[in-house]
Amino acid sequence: MAETAVKAPVKEKEPLFGKKERILLSDPLLDNNPITVQVLGVCSALAVTSLVVPSLVMAVAVVFVTGFSSLFTSMLRNYIPKAVRMIVQLVIIATLVTIVELALKYFNYPIYKNLSVYIGLIITNCIVMGRLEAFAMANKPWRSFIDGIGNGVGYGFILVVVAFFREVFGKGSLFAGSGIEMFIIGPSADYWINTSENWWFGWYANNNIMVLPAAAMFIIGIFIWIQRARNPKLVDIS
Amino acid sequence: MNSNTYILTFVTILTITVAVVLGGLREVTKEKAAQNEDIFNKRAILSSIETKLGDDVKVKKLTDEEVLELFSPANMDQVVLDMEGNILDGMMAQNIDMAVERKKEESERKLPLYIYKGGAEKVYILSVRGNGLWDEIWGNIALEGDLSTIAGAAFDHKGETPGLGAEIKDNPRFSLSFRGKKIYNEGELVGINVRKGGAKDPVHEVDGISGATVTGDGVSEMLERGLKYYAPYLSQLRQGGTSMLLK
Repeated sequence: MAETAVKAPVKEKEPLFGKKERILLSDPLLDNNPITVQVLGVCSALAVTSLVVPSLVMAVAVVFVTGFSSLFTSMLRNYIPKAVRMIVQLVIIATLVTIVELALKYFNYPIYKNLSVYIGLIITNCIVMGRLEAFAMANKPWRSFIDGIGNGVGYGFILVVVAFFREVFGKGSLFAGSGIEMFIIGPSADYWINTSENWWFGWYANNNIMVLPAAAMFIIGIFIWIQRARNPKLVDIS
Repeated sequence: MNSNTYILTFVTILTITVAVVLGGLREVTKEKAAQNEDIFNKRAILSSIETKLGDDVKVKKLTDEEVLELFSPANMDQVVLDMEGNILDGMMAQNIDMAVERKKEESERKLPLYIYKGGAEKVYILSVRGNGLWDEIWGNIALEGDLSTIAGAAFDHKGETPGLGAEIKDNPRFSLSFRGKKIYNEGELVGINVRKGGAKDPVHEVDGISGATVTGDGVSEMLERGLKYYAPYLSQLRQGGTSMLLK
């Protein structure tokens, strides 16, 4: 709903990228992060984060969808009939998601296969519709666009952080599936730290839990813990 | 409140706009997307004969053109078989979708067969499909010229558990362990058994993946049943030599 909406600016002339815009962009990164503070979009954050590269692609896809759905919804906000506004929002989101899907099939089929249903499920990602309802329906296009981008980036940031830990400790590699794949730790000579020869790391084995979605829950939990320990203002929010 | 006419007009215009945009985009990307899918599937087949492609050749690192070159008629024969082992004329193995075939009656299925001729000896690549724990699993098994020794294997799955059942695809050691095993035992096609706790028979069994017993059993079952479909053709081939292929 529109309760949380920011009042439309009163002043006539404002800079294109002023302080308010900066806040719109930076706030969702930490203090109002969609995943760790608003607890939205957790489902896909658990599902796609076992490797860094697909998480990055997912993050870019969501940034694209949140940004442009906010932009288009905001542009149409005075014309959208109230009775069907959610349907209209969904049509806009679904269109953008389909575009992402077509683009992935066109540019990188293996990643499309890897992300499979989760691209389609961006439609149901609460962050997207949440921002449309809370912000884009009541604000001008440019600021809505920035707000959408900010929230998408906040989501993607958590995704990549989680994927980093899951890939390193679960598979011993980093950026697997891309041109710059790194082999960090593992039991053969391909890896930087060869656990079968290095005496110091002889005990080390990949943690299988990290590969499972449950591990993402732990990492997000630890992230929330650290974040709230550092910023007590967040404790009472949710 | 808006009038009904306004709502209907708005929704109609929106729908038409969206339909035109998406339809147009799909038309534009269709060809390249289909080509990408084709290359993706061909890479999966090639990964079962990775060792036959030459030293240090990694299927992942091949360019799209190289993949297509390996599938050119000079390097690869594509044959479609019926369940009696007869070669069906004028059909290409790449047009056979195993997922579709699996839904047909057993006697009406068609089997794709790839014969790689680029190496010193012909390699026969058979496709199998079965059930894992959660959903379908499938694989390509490459046989040496003796039609029993496995030259390589590659598996994939739809929804096996990451880190457990999904290791059939992700862990190269699993598919490597099939290399050199024999699918025939004293003239009888037995397939390869994935044994929980470790292989006991060094010729017809491979080690199971701990924590993925059901997926492993699925692989065993898929191999036994799927390879048996090819048995009529394989035995004809053994008796008739290679002349069958050059029809």
